[in-house]
Amino acid sequence: MLPDSPNDHSIGLVSTQYVHIEQPLKLACGLVLKSHDLVYETYGELNGERSNGVLLCHALSGDHHAAGFHEGDSRPGWWEHYVGPGKPIDTDKFFVVSLNNIGSCFGSTGPASINPDTGEVWGADFPSLRARDWVESQKLLMKYLGIECWAAVIGGSLGGMQAMRWSLEHPDKLLNAVVIASSMKLTAQNIAFNEIARRAIKSDSDFCDGHYLTQNKAPLRGLALARMIGHVTYLSDELMGQKFGRQLRIGDLVDRNTDPIEFQVESYLNYQGDKFSDTFDANSYILITKMLDYFDLSREYENNPVKAFSHAKCNFLVVSFSSDWRFAPERSREITDALLAAGKSVSYVEIESDKGHDAFLLPNERYQNALDGYLSHVAQGLKGGAK
Amino acid sequence: MSQNYSFISDWIAPGSRVLDLGCGDGALLQSLQQQHNILGYGLEIDPDSINQCIANGINVIEQDVNKGLTNFSDGSFDAVVMTQALQAMRYPHLVLDEMLRIGRECIITFPNFGYWRTRAYLNFRGRMPVTKQLAYQWYDTPNIHFFTYADFEALCLERSINVLHRQCIAEHFPDTQLKNLWPNLFTQTAVYHLSR
Repeated sequence: MLPDSPNDHSIGLVSTQYVHIEQPLKLACGLVLKSHDLVYETYGELNGERSNGVLLCHALSGDHHAAGFHEGDSRPGWWEHYVGPGKPIDTDKFFVVSLNNIGSCFGSTGPASINPDTGEVWGADFPSLRARDWVESQKLLMKYLGIECWAAVIGGSLGGMQAMRWSLEHPDKLLNAVVIASSMKLTAQNIAFNEIARRAIKSDSDFCDGHYLTQNKAPLRGLALARMIGHVTYLSDELMGQKFGRQLRIGDLVDRNTDPIEFQVESYLNYQGDKFSDTFDANSYILITKMLDYFDLSREYENNPVKAFSHAKCNFLVVSFSSDWRFAPERSREITDALLAAGKSVSYVEIESDKGHDAFLLPNERYQNALDGYLSHVAQGLKGGAK
Repeated sequence: MSQNYSFISDWIAPGSRVLDLGCGDGALLQSLQQQHNILGYGLEIDPDSINQCIANGINVIEQDVNKGLTNFSDGSFDAVVMTQALQAMRYPHLVLDEMLRIGRECIITFPNFGYWRTRAYLNFRGRMPVTKQLAYQWYDTPNIHFFTYADFEALCLERSINVLHRQCIAEHFPDTQLKNLWPNLFTQTAVYHLSR
């Protein structure tokens, strides 16, 4: 049932919206953002009861453009396979809201924005953020859009962390949380990869202690390297073997005189790194990887996940992928076990996939069916109907 | 199978926490939810069954019972149920122990291999029985431990398992008349309500 290409059943042309949130946002670190900008997109229509809102929470490098196409651009949104008319996150039934979160770099307030107090670019001085700050900012957008309660909050990876945080911070504001390829806290190995990435960025001489923008520089090499490291960890050994194996792009290993020699995988990774460093902000990367590292769902609940989830009121769907070693199925089982022990409604599926952590973005029939079945049931139970 | 549910729901108090091991499409949990307002969870490994549960709003956890149930704490459920799956477990007796550890009470249903038609099939044809209930060839059957009503009674005795209720189910005449007199011979499906 998966569309052959993302263009089939696409929501089509979409446009980005912008809102200036006047209300001050008190951050977890104690600082206050006096006001902030958010860019977002919406797909589908809000029903009369305003009950069919679905919030999409993006991960580390995501943005507001989750589905459809921008004018003059052939690249679809990052979750095109799953968001659209007739797709699992069905825009014929739901009013889907996707925003770029603060601290990121696609138009919402972040390290590359101007600090109104100084008139200078924030740079490395942008306040440290926690996942709960994103949740609070999302709640301000929710209010602006006139939505009282989300039908579902959905996210993969860091997005799943936001969905879980929503369920604890604002239990009456969502009916369902869909937590995909996520974790209640990062493992040491996970933090280690994030620190290597940050070190790569900071080692670039153009980083200038995070104030590169005021000096008209950018640590492109460092950021590219950070992304290359991250990218490898989001794939599985098996997938890289299938995709690249030991294929050469340049040269010949039999003829010992040829030089240079380049493996396909080298070329691919370099391309991915360079592409990423052209579009992403290095300070945002540092900020958001730290946000991931600091996340610990049950820290303030005596480090007891069952106690934490006892505050939740919504239903949960937890999804993991067999070959995901960055957010392994074991992490999702921990979430599920805590929800079970807390007596919450939860379903858990472990999807067989060779695509590693990235699987949550990619087509997979079982994954699609699980999401589709769950959200169709959610749509059936909506006050005032789906649309 | 649907006729079994009426016994089972009589044994489960309204509002109970129920765990169904090998819950299939979740039909039992759904009927218990509707009738008794239970909080139910099913364990299942078959992808299609899991999808059916999810689409019907039944809590389902993808977990293989054969790989252990250590993630469930002692006495965390009022009832743990297993219908028509004990014979497919790697270690049925250990699964039974686990069910009685996790649940205050357990409900088990299983096909009785001592049923006279099954015996006759093996006796006269000399081939492993393939019946409506056990519809697999010997080489690809998930049912790896065949046992009888009498075997299960002996196991309960041996492991000091308390039988709260037992029900014998048979479809055809004269089995329906004789099942309570000679349960091991005339029961097709046995239903047990157990506790420690």
